[in-house]
Amino acid sequence: MATLELTLEKDVGAEISRRARRLGPVFWSAVGWMVFVFAVAILAEVLPLPSPTDMDMLERRAPISALHWLGTDGLGRDELARLVYGARISLIVGLCAPVIGLTIGGALGMLSGYFRGRFETLVVGSMDVLLAFPPLILALAVTAYLGQSILNLTVILGVLGIPAFMRVARAATLTLARREFVIAAQALGATHARILLRELLPNVALPLLAFFLLGVAVTIVVEGALSFLGLGVPPPISSWGSMIGEGRESLDVAPRLAFIPATAMFLTVLSFNLVGDTLRALTDPRQGAL
Amino acid sequence: MMQDNTLHGPTGPLLNVQNLVVEYVVGNKIVHAVSDVSLEIARGETLGLVGESGCGKSTLGRAVLRLRPTVSGRVLFDGEDLTAMQGDALRKMRRRVQLIFQDPIASLNPRRRIGDIIAEPLVIAGVKDPSERHQRVCDALDAVGLDPPLVLSRLPHEFSGGQCQRICIARALVLNPDFIICDEPVSALDVSIRAQILNLLEEMKARFGLTLLFIAHDLAVVKAVSDRVAVMYLGRLCEVSPSEQLFAKPAHPYTALLIEAIPVPDPDVRPAESVPVGEPPSPIAPPSGCRFRTRCPHADQKCRDEVPPMRAVRPGQYAACHHPLS
Amino acid sequence: MSGQALLSVESVAVDLPTARGNLRAVDHVDLTLSAGRTLGIVGESGCGKTMLSRAILQLLPKKAKLSGRVMFDGRDLASCGADQLRKLRARSLAVVFQDPMTSLNPVLTIGTQLIETLQEHLDLDALAARKRTVDLLAAVGIPAPEQRLMQYPHQLSGGMRQRVAIAIALSCEPKLLIADEPTTALDVTIQAQILDLLAREQRRRHMAMILITHDLGVVAGRTDEVAVMYAGRVVERAPTQALFKKMHMPYTQALLSAIPKLDAAPHTRLPAISGRPPDPTRPINGCSFSPRCRYAIDRCRREKPPLADAETVDHKYACFHPLKLSAGIGT
Repeated sequence: MATLELTLEKDVGAEISRRARRLGPVFWSAVGWMVFVFAVAILAEVLPLPSPTDMDMLERRAPISALHWLGTDGLGRDELARLVYGARISLIVGLCAPVIGLTIGGALGMLSGYFRGRFETLVVGSMDVLLAFPPLILALAVTAYLGQSILNLTVILGVLGIPAFMRVARAATLTLARREFVIAAQALGATHARILLRELLPNVALPLLAFFLLGVAVTIVVEGALSFLGLGVPPPISSWGSMIGEGRESLDVAPRLAFIPATAMFLTVLSFNLVGDTLRALTDPRQGAL
Repeated sequence: MMQDNTLHGPTGPLLNVQNLVVEYVVGNKIVHAVSDVSLEIARGETLGLVGESGCGKSTLGRAVLRLRPTVSGRVLFDGEDLTAMQGDALRKMRRRVQLIFQDPIASLNPRRRIGDIIAEPLVIAGVKDPSERHQRVCDALDAVGLDPPLVLSRLPHEFSGGQCQRICIARALVLNPDFIICDEPVSALDVSIRAQILNLLEEMKARFGLTLLFIAHDLAVVKAVSDRVAVMYLGRLCEVSPSEQLFAKPAHPYTALLIEAIPVPDPDVRPAESVPVGEPPSPIAPPSGCRFRTRCPHADQKCRDEVPPMRAVRPGQYAACHHPLS
Repeated sequence: MSGQALLSVESVAVDLPTARGNLRAVDHVDLTLSAGRTLGIVGESGCGKTMLSRAILQLLPKKAKLSGRVMFDGRDLASCGADQLRKLRARSLAVVFQDPMTSLNPVLTIGTQLIETLQEHLDLDALAARKRTVDLLAAVGIPAPEQRLMQYPHQLSGGMRQRVAIAIALSCEPKLLIADEPTTALDVTIQAQILDLLAREQRRRHMAMILITHDLGVVAGRTDEVAVMYAGRVVERAPTQALFKKMHMPYTQALLSAIPKLDAAPHTRLPAISGRPPDPTRPINGCSFSPRCRYAIDRCRREKPPLADAETVDHKYACFHPLKLSAGIGT
């Protein structure tokens, strides 16, 4: 019997941690900012902040002071508190909406990429119809009919994200379903469910996850835009987008009212993108030896 | 029909393919991948199936396993009609027939550990006891020359092509199948590793009493491992002969063309200036009659009009040709 | 072997920095080639033959470090500027790669690719370029060449595409053609045709050719000289006839024995080489082949054998324990 030499590779975990050590300061700053934003949003009630809804008409557009660390907005509400509670909204909507897209769109994409045929045509067709819908009109229609609330907003944005996730999942599944390891599983007599869950899902999950992080970033911006237009979260709940909208009126007097939430949004979206990209590059299994 | 009765086991051939036809639609055209192919493989035999790309040999291998839909024809495995089976019965039958592919790295799920990959057939077959599964996985890895503790928890990308092919062979063996279809198992491997894997296959065959269908485009490789060889061209069988006879006295002109084209590692054998016989036609519009006639120096009107039937040219040697070589 | 060598590779080494440390892809290789001669470079994957061809063409990846000299037609290629290299590449140095599908631009027609090349490098006008293209396609054996001008690569078969790639390579009458595994992806009957085509064109143009392959059978009848590479080094080099008559380095012999022969009886056990090719990021002390060699002695594991002369100065090998018997073909 021919003898075998296995190179003494360190196991994959060590490989990843070695690669991780070479990540630059930019990546870690992005992670740091994300952790900070999450922590602050979760701990909002515990922090020593004034209430974001308390209006102090005597202190409208007050500058930065010891009492109000970032000043107050046009209605006398503490800017910092609003920023922190706004982070909450952005993160909740930003995370939950893409989850809807991920689960429903991902499932539809995998099924249509695997089974093909008429099911695929049906799914792709419906997604095209959904995509053709002007998103803003849909948002307006839903909020007009069902009222403005965080839940409705999340659901609308989630549903609007389904076609994109479907496309990513379907593309990944199409390439994979033809590879020999899937045919090998079929040759073993595996059921379709088993093949989808055990063979395809672990491979499709990674591109979907990377796309998910991108989706979070996009959703935060979209929520911000909708709130800016007054279609997003209803007052008095503050969101970064609505803060920017309100800050628009004070641009000449107190520009920080618009720029501070805009900066917060920018940094958060950027961090999600950076972390998403790096995670994808880090966990990509390399194809074979040299 | 195809062979001496002495090669049959007590209950007939293990695999009996009867008039199999596989076609599929590309755009609005029909690809005639396999056209009316019949062959038999006896228990314990290795049948080599040789042909160039596009001849349908891989399609035939997959159609036998019901991985491709067939238009007509039957496949009898150990007397039972595989083509008529459905659902559970088919899944049970699949455990007795396994498949090894050309690209060993692509045959393994890049996100699963080797231990899980090799245990998968056992899980699907309903072996519930984890320790029994573990034992059988280790036995399979030992049989192919891999050390289980070094291999079980790793991912496929950590291994070379040759090692991955060993893992695929281990996966194919873990259920103790009767029959293995090897679809170009060594084409993607280096020369020195090829020899290792071929030796391994022969060893496994002897040790576990396997029957093999060995599909390849490399004649010399096929000859090294096969008892009989079937030559395929554009969806039809040209010739089926015992290995030695095929190479010593080929009966079909296509076989002769293939043999001549093989580069011989001997500088004194100057390769004959090959007659420019052009390229194989497309399986979408195969030539009428004998499909090889467009490249055959002996073709005539009869070859254009009639599909040549598979006939015995010499004892044990069959060719589908109106003018077989003598 | 008279006259000034057209190509002279002098102690060329290629180092690639990778995540796992430095990778020495090519380890001090010396080669010479005269006009009109064919050199075959044989080796398995990872032996450095492709990197060597890239080094000659000055097409190495950005991170790679090249040391040593590549003299072509009297010029040191490393010292040529980008413009000079570009001119050289089409008119004197041509390449044919393994996979014609990736070496041909899939969104341009065959005609466009060929005509553009001709116009750019030979300064022909459109009509003359077109005529020459048709002639070239006919010369490489493509039937109905005028119709092919309008076709895209994916409409042609593998063999046809490779012929087109050869036509592009030959279009500017190069002095040296490097064919890197030109037939590996093709069927055996097409392989024979392509190799014949290359040989014919080479004779006609008195071109030098380097044929890179993993198949000893391919070089046997079609090269003047063969260099066998292993782990980045040339381990044996000789005129083809001499090599097959008497192989000195055990790896060469083992490579030959591992090929299944047509005249062997079926089920003969193939003498396989145990183990696997070495990991280039983990260089071994001593001879790279020693872990797999049956004849290895202590010295093999400690020192790297230099290239030494055999019976004639043309035949060189790198081994402390060369094969003694006249073990030639088929043993």
